[in-house]
Amino acid sequence: MNNPFLLRIDWLSFFLYLILVSFGISNIYSTGFTEESLSLFEWTTPAGKQFWIFIFSLVLFPFVIFINSNFFEHLAYVFYGLSILSLVGLFLFGQKISGATSWYLIGGFSLQPSEFAKITTALFLTARLSSIQMDFKKRQELFKLFLVIGVPLLLVLLQPDAGSALVFIALFFVLFREGLDMRIFYLALALVIVFILTLLFQPLNFSIALAVLFLLVFRFLKKSNSKVKKTPFLLVFVTLVFFSLSVNFIFNNVFEQRHRDRFNVVLGLETDTRGIGYNINQSKIAIGSGGFSGKGFLNGTQTKGGFVPAQHTDYIFTTIGEEWGFIGSSGLIILFTVLILRILYRAEKHTQPFPRIFSYCFASMLFIHFFVNIGMTLGLVPTVGIPLPFISYGGTNLLAFSLMLFVYLNLDANRLS
Amino acid sequence: MIRKFLLLSFTLGSSLLFIFQLTTLQLFNSDYTERSLNNAVQKRPIYPTRGLIYDRNGTLWVANKPVYDLMVVPENLNAFDTLELSKSLKITKETLLTQIQEAKRFSRKLPSVVMRQLSLAEVGILQEKMWKYTGFYFQKKSTRDYLLPIGANVLGYTSETNQNEIKTKSDYDLGEMIGRQGIEKTYEEVLRGTKGEQLFQKDRFNRIIGAYEGGAYDKASEAAEDLTLSLDAVLQAYGESLMNNKRGGIVALEPESGEVLALITAPNYNPNLLVGRDRSKFFNKLVQDTLAKPLFDRSLQAEYSPGSPFKTLNALIGLQENVITSETIFACNEGHFYARGAFMGCHCRVGTKSDLKKGIYNSCNTYFAKTFMRIIESKPTPEEGVNLWKTHLEKFGLGNYLGYDLPIGKRGFIPDSEYYNRWYPKGSWVATNVVSNAIGQGEILTTPIQMANFTATIANRGYYRKPHFKKTNSLQERDSLYPINQTSIDTQHFETVIEGMHQVVEKGTARIARIKGIEVCGKTGTVENFIRLNGEKTQLTDHSIFVAFAPKDEPKIAVAVFIENGYWGARWAAPIASLMIEKYLNGEVKRGWLENRMLEGSLQSEYEKPLLGKAFTINE
Repeated sequence: MNNPFLLRIDWLSFFLYLILVSFGISNIYSTGFTEESLSLFEWTTPAGKQFWIFIFSLVLFPFVIFINSNFFEHLAYVFYGLSILSLVGLFLFGQKISGATSWYLIGGFSLQPSEFAKITTALFLTARLSSIQMDFKKRQELFKLFLVIGVPLLLVLLQPDAGSALVFIALFFVLFREGLDMRIFYLALALVIVFILTLLFQPLNFSIALAVLFLLVFRFLKKSNSKVKKTPFLLVFVTLVFFSLSVNFIFNNVFEQRHRDRFNVVLGLETDTRGIGYNINQSKIAIGSGGFSGKGFLNGTQTKGGFVPAQHTDYIFTTIGEEWGFIGSSGLIILFTVLILRILYRAEKHTQPFPRIFSYCFASMLFIHFFVNIGMTLGLVPTVGIPLPFISYGGTNLLAFSLMLFVYLNLDANRLS
Repeated sequence: MIRKFLLLSFTLGSSLLFIFQLTTLQLFNSDYTERSLNNAVQKRPIYPTRGLIYDRNGTLWVANKPVYDLMVVPENLNAFDTLELSKSLKITKETLLTQIQEAKRFSRKLPSVVMRQLSLAEVGILQEKMWKYTGFYFQKKSTRDYLLPIGANVLGYTSETNQNEIKTKSDYDLGEMIGRQGIEKTYEEVLRGTKGEQLFQKDRFNRIIGAYEGGAYDKASEAAEDLTLSLDAVLQAYGESLMNNKRGGIVALEPESGEVLALITAPNYNPNLLVGRDRSKFFNKLVQDTLAKPLFDRSLQAEYSPGSPFKTLNALIGLQENVITSETIFACNEGHFYARGAFMGCHCRVGTKSDLKKGIYNSCNTYFAKTFMRIIESKPTPEEGVNLWKTHLEKFGLGNYLGYDLPIGKRGFIPDSEYYNRWYPKGSWVATNVVSNAIGQGEILTTPIQMANFTATIANRGYYRKPHFKKTNSLQERDSLYPINQTSIDTQHFETVIEGMHQVVEKGTARIARIKGIEVCGKTGTVENFIRLNGEKTQLTDHSIFVAFAPKDEPKIAVAVFIENGYWGARWAAPIASLMIEKYLNGEVKRGWLENRMLEGSLQSEYEKPLLGKAFTINE
């Protein structure tokens, strides 16, 4: 290790990556485990497949890490273009699996182009943002940025794959970091809160409470500063009430029942443990029954019984909760948090915009996966099909996120060049 | 500044939120652990096979045999020839289809019963065709197999627990075998054993996918104990055959130990009828037979007037109370006036003078009426007299439950002064009002087992042990479970009465009961009886009664036989009792002619008389 370049690699992140993927494969193995099990290295089992994808990713690692960093910046638009094409191509050649046309089937392999679109969009967005012409004050530039995110977002929404769509939305964290008007953030935050409150308390109650709140705040401000005007308050109030009413309308008339159910279950408005709430209920039982130290590897009764649907993919966290208990599951949360924070920390240290912005993109995407996936299994976020990176079963996802990590490591290690 | 920390704070915020949620779910909520167990673990009981039942000589009487439930898992069904299967099962196609429909409604993935308790033979026929019927399979179970088709009244029966029962009997599962009656009920705990438990891992369809934790938490079952009865299966079978076409009961006891050697009620039923799929069909048939009442154990539950055998008890009380001695002589002139204008008839010729022995072997009504009057009048008031009399009788186990180890029984009845005070305004009754009790008629009621018990008490010269059906393992166990109940009659008083009973067989009313080489002691009885027929009190043919024990010294068997409407004691009851004694003591019966008469004799026409709706004569 006397090569200075190798010393500059963020080995901590790489190490965390190794731990996460190994842990993931163990848990995938557990979900498929029956008494007369099965070799870990068999391509026919999910754990085996994941294992070989992991090996393949590790083989790619030196190639990606030694590529000239400029390569990513210069070819970003090519990758992006190819990705968009592959997403469009899905509507012609794609394979429909459980309701969504998200896969290509090529010689026994199923490929999910949206996973690669995540990294290419991140690269292209990074390229746009780091270009010299970029100026958040220019409407045209802003519009182009939204288009970069919006096109793949729309394409995956049409599949439909709401989970992946959320990942593209997460790129707004990058935009806010790079200078997008923060008022948009506050507005979005306010709208989310209004949305939830409306569902919980009905538009009328919500409007009355809001009116009282605004009146009190207005009075208070008036006392200390007589110059405060009524009009902006009234405007915001009317907007929010209007939004609340439209949320109510959209929720009840535009959403499909299954979407309504997902919100209702999380908000505790419905408790149906057999039908719509089955997933969440079983997921909570599995995690809750793990206790402090868990039932032990391969010993989860909920896991063996297959009570939690899609347990090796989107609900992998329930196996961890059941078999590894509080220690294992909170440990995993801490590992993820450390990884994301580590990437953010390294990002802020960059003097060049391209590696910083790309690192940020990577961190945002990791975060949204982490937040929505674990939040969903814990019953805090409505059900959205989204995997837990490095952990969930899914070849394309593991490959794409490994590549994204390797690109991050490449850029990070080349900070001086 | 805020831009730099936006994602960072979101990340930290959500991990804190997640860890908080994990804390509540995993650390402060044990509810989920329990729900997970309910969810994923199935407990399946392991039933030990029921204990075997042997007779006193070690003959296997009740065993177990496999039966098979035809099960179906609807999910696995393929198209099959419903007509062929229903024909093989001997049910209609519609029944089969509804069963399958119901199974589907219950669960597509879990097994349901299509047909219960098919015998091995029935399964054998179907087995080779089963490959045509995917989705069906047989599940083995165990039911009773009565190797000897006798003693249904003693053994009782088993059946599956139902929905209502398991609410109160928390230890039982739905459909588990439980003893319903008789020995099966009394000794349920012993015969049942202790069931074990097997834990299985279930999947989300409730299907079993293997042992839970490799069987680490399974509990093995404890085998049931076998039971040896005091009954002699040969004697029981013999007694049942003697009771063919008759109604009544036979109780045979071993006097010294109180062990029941045979307990026969007639009519009875084959215990194998109450096993298997057609159990309820046959059971309903038995229940609905309100005329012959095959489920009514006449030897335990029928309360009859004891008739003349009761005279022996009055004699003993008279001797004990010193109102007569063995030499006391009473005169009889075809009966006597026991009060002005009140005559009690007797079959003694005019001018008969009897001492106690003769009074017994000739069954002289007058003798015992006079003795009884003396007992009652030995006290200042008739109340005290009757109560004194009753105290003695209670020591013989009369007027109350005997406390034997079967779940059914009757108290019988011995009146006391309070009873008569209720019938007659206080003080207005005297000994003559209650004199019928002297000869075993009147108010007293006894069950055949009570009669056998007092006969055994006489045979023991003054004590009895509670009759019981389970053979005790040792004398110590016998003495602690069934201690000696001493009567209030001194031992020396018994000899005269026993000699009288011996003369009954030698030269008295029951000479037909004589057995070569065995000194039999007995007492006949003939009991008037009435029923209410179309609202009128109607007399029926007398009951035939005989109590006996043998040999006279060191008695080995005491028997009470009660034959409903059997005319008189010596006609049916005495020969049957005598044959029972001969069979038990000699192992074989030499008096083939008498045996045949009893085996083939029928009283069915007698039982039909009141049912035909025509006038009929009795005691012809």
